[in-house]
Amino acid sequence: MAQQASINKTLTIGEGGTVIAFIALAVFSIIVAAKAWTPEYAFHAYLFAAASVATVFAIFNRYFARDAAPVPQEIDGKPNYNMGPIKFATIASVFWGIAGFTVGLIIALQLAYPALNFDLPWTNFGRLRPLHTSAVIFAFGGNVLLATSFYVVQRTCHARLAGDIAPWFVVLGYNFFIVIAGTGYLLGITQSKEYAEPEWYADLWLTVVWVAYLLVFLVTLWKRKEPHIYVANWFYLAFIVTIALLHLGNNATIPVSIYSSKSYIVWSGVQDAMVQWWYGHNAVGFFLTAGFLAIMYYFIPKRADRPVYSYRLSIVHFWALIFIYIWAGPHHLHYTALPDWAQTLGMVFSIILWMPSWGGMINGLMTLQGAWDKLRTDPVLRMMVVSVAFYGMSTFEGPLMSIKAVNSLSHYTDWTIGHVHSGALGWVAYVSFGAIYCLVPWLWNRSRLYSLRLVNWHFWLSTLGIVLYISAMWVSGILQGLMWRAYTKLGFLEYSFIETSEAMHPFYVIRALGGALFVIGSLIMAYNIWMTIRSPYAAGEAKRPQLVPAE
Amino acid sequence: MSVWAKHQIFEKNSIVLLIGILIVVAIGGLVEIVPLFYLKSTIEKVEGMRPYTPLELAGRDIYIREGCYNCHSQMIRPLRDEVERYGHYSLAAESMYDHPFQWGSKRTGPDLARVGGKYSDEWQRAHLANPRSVVPGSIMPGYPFLAKTQLDAKNIAANMKVLALEGVPYTPDMIAKAEADLVAQTDPDSAGAAELAKRYPKALSRDFDGNPGAITEADALIAYLQMLGTLVDFKTYDKKANVR
Repeated sequence: MAQQASINKTLTIGEGGTVIAFIALAVFSIIVAAKAWTPEYAFHAYLFAAASVATVFAIFNRYFARDAAPVPQEIDGKPNYNMGPIKFATIASVFWGIAGFTVGLIIALQLAYPALNFDLPWTNFGRLRPLHTSAVIFAFGGNVLLATSFYVVQRTCHARLAGDIAPWFVVLGYNFFIVIAGTGYLLGITQSKEYAEPEWYADLWLTVVWVAYLLVFLVTLWKRKEPHIYVANWFYLAFIVTIALLHLGNNATIPVSIYSSKSYIVWSGVQDAMVQWWYGHNAVGFFLTAGFLAIMYYFIPKRADRPVYSYRLSIVHFWALIFIYIWAGPHHLHYTALPDWAQTLGMVFSIILWMPSWGGMINGLMTLQGAWDKLRTDPVLRMMVVSVAFYGMSTFEGPLMSIKAVNSLSHYTDWTIGHVHSGALGWVAYVSFGAIYCLVPWLWNRSRLYSLRLVNWHFWLSTLGIVLYISAMWVSGILQGLMWRAYTKLGFLEYSFIETSEAMHPFYVIRALGGALFVIGSLIMAYNIWMTIRSPYAAGEAKRPQLVPAE
Repeated sequence: MSVWAKHQIFEKNSIVLLIGILIVVAIGGLVEIVPLFYLKSTIEKVEGMRPYTPLELAGRDIYIREGCYNCHSQMIRPLRDEVERYGHYSLAAESMYDHPFQWGSKRTGPDLARVGGKYSDEWQRAHLANPRSVVPGSIMPGYPFLAKTQLDAKNIAANMKVLALEGVPYTPDMIAKAEADLVAQTDPDSAGAAELAKRYPKALSRDFDGNPGAITEADALIAYLQMLGTLVDFKTYDKKANVR
């Protein structure tokens, strides 16, 4: 097959097909924009059109710059890894992380000082809060998951990422979804389903992107040189598949018109509540847990240079976790109009869930066996190990709060907010920071990070921030819960609602202070990463430790 | 061959692993969700529930748009303090026409499931424009723009059509008269107001925003807030008939 030299450069089927699809999307978007019922929706349609045109332009630009022959799968017998989309997602995760944490700080301050709402539609708490949650979960967390999954699947399969345009489509398409979702909230486009606020057209777009993500991941697995699929990839696969299922179920909706952003969810009332928290709790279980456990299973062994503690534990932990998590949703609906049988099922499975969660924690922590001394010298490893410790803490707190008697006090209060943040900041963000600190030198071929001292500063500032945050929320949550149910000696309710609300003020200030420390930490990380990429220390591939499959 | 070795079938075959995952994660959801659609005990039998009037529906859409659900629940739990503070605990039937539900998950502000009729329209207006003018310690954002923004309701009939498709009992008559009903609800002296009350029992016709010249977003939102939790008459509600 001596065709490399003489081959004529032609558009591949992938390139041609993508161009045609995006030209069609551009035309369609312009028609929708012209006939849109609201200016907000027209704005989004124009964004779709602009992005489509930019995509067509980018594909032709790339076509003229590339070689005639397809990109080689291997160079000198080594896999020719595709790192471009991973670099993009890594930078995007740092950017969205800082944006999401900052919006979180703003809304924390709004709760302490309501004048900061400025009485404008697009700056009030009700529109900014979904912006915060989506920015941290889906924009920050999602980009970390895209970057790490594409990295891990290539490395553990010893194969180049499947597809030519597809990986770029996944990463850029996903970030475009983030832009549509975020601007939509500010403009008042929301379907009010928590953590699934984007409207029907954004959901449809995400579905297309997600199918492409599944295919890229799966086809890369098929290209693997190892007979076994590495444990981290089981978790990534469970995350991708289950999120697709949840997304389709919870967002089942009928748009009022193709020219309107408005839709009405097909489920109603009590069934909708159950579907929502089946989704909501498993967005935690599969997006924020399974996906990030995959990170734990690759990056901690790699950084500690130790094999995963127990192969059998990972098997039990994997199947038990994904089976049990799905049942836990109704604990968000204790004492509501959801039938008792469903509440009880939710409570029982939430308590059982403690076991596989701690199985995962033990597997992560015990991987450090024989390498504990590294915690003293390597702040990146320390960050990841502390993240696993936080995972253990919040997966103990979760089952506790799912007990109906405890939940009757904690539900509707800040205790829930504190619980979420011990998981989100302590577990998800820390394991992500650890992964980013590992990835950046690997991706940009640097021998080390610019500064481990700065990682240390990041670690201690944000740890202090988390401690302030969650302890303030424990106190305010339990205090408010107790004040709501306090009675006087004569048998009257002791406090009006506003008295319980006013009592929260000092804790809201402390919480905002904790959030500010966390934001500062993330800025230090961004500087460190920027300097690492700019630094001249090139690394040799040979120094990287090799991973042994878990068997 | 040990049990552990048998697990290799999942580790060596991505499609088997994928199917295994799908089966394992499907079970819990199916068991918890599907029965809610066919068990008759899920939704209580009550009298008085009706779909939202066009104006109330427009108000509910604004409630969703502004993200009120982020801080206000609409779900009173059957606990002594909640029933005393907010009123009768919420029934599943009371949100059966809510697409999507608005039960909420956090009470930064109080529960609103039965806020209807608790405060005057004037209080609601002042409170929405500047919450601290009536509740000095409030941390709620101000929404002064609602009273200044003309209600865009030209699509209200289209919205109701979709809801009818999803099972909300809007009749063709209700959808045909949607815009007229919406206007009539802001003008108690109009001929349409009586007709509205026939189509939607207990519908309140008032100039909610105190500005007779215009139908604003405040009209719609206050009309929605003032009917919340008022449809079921708990003096005649038979608790024993609905024991679950």
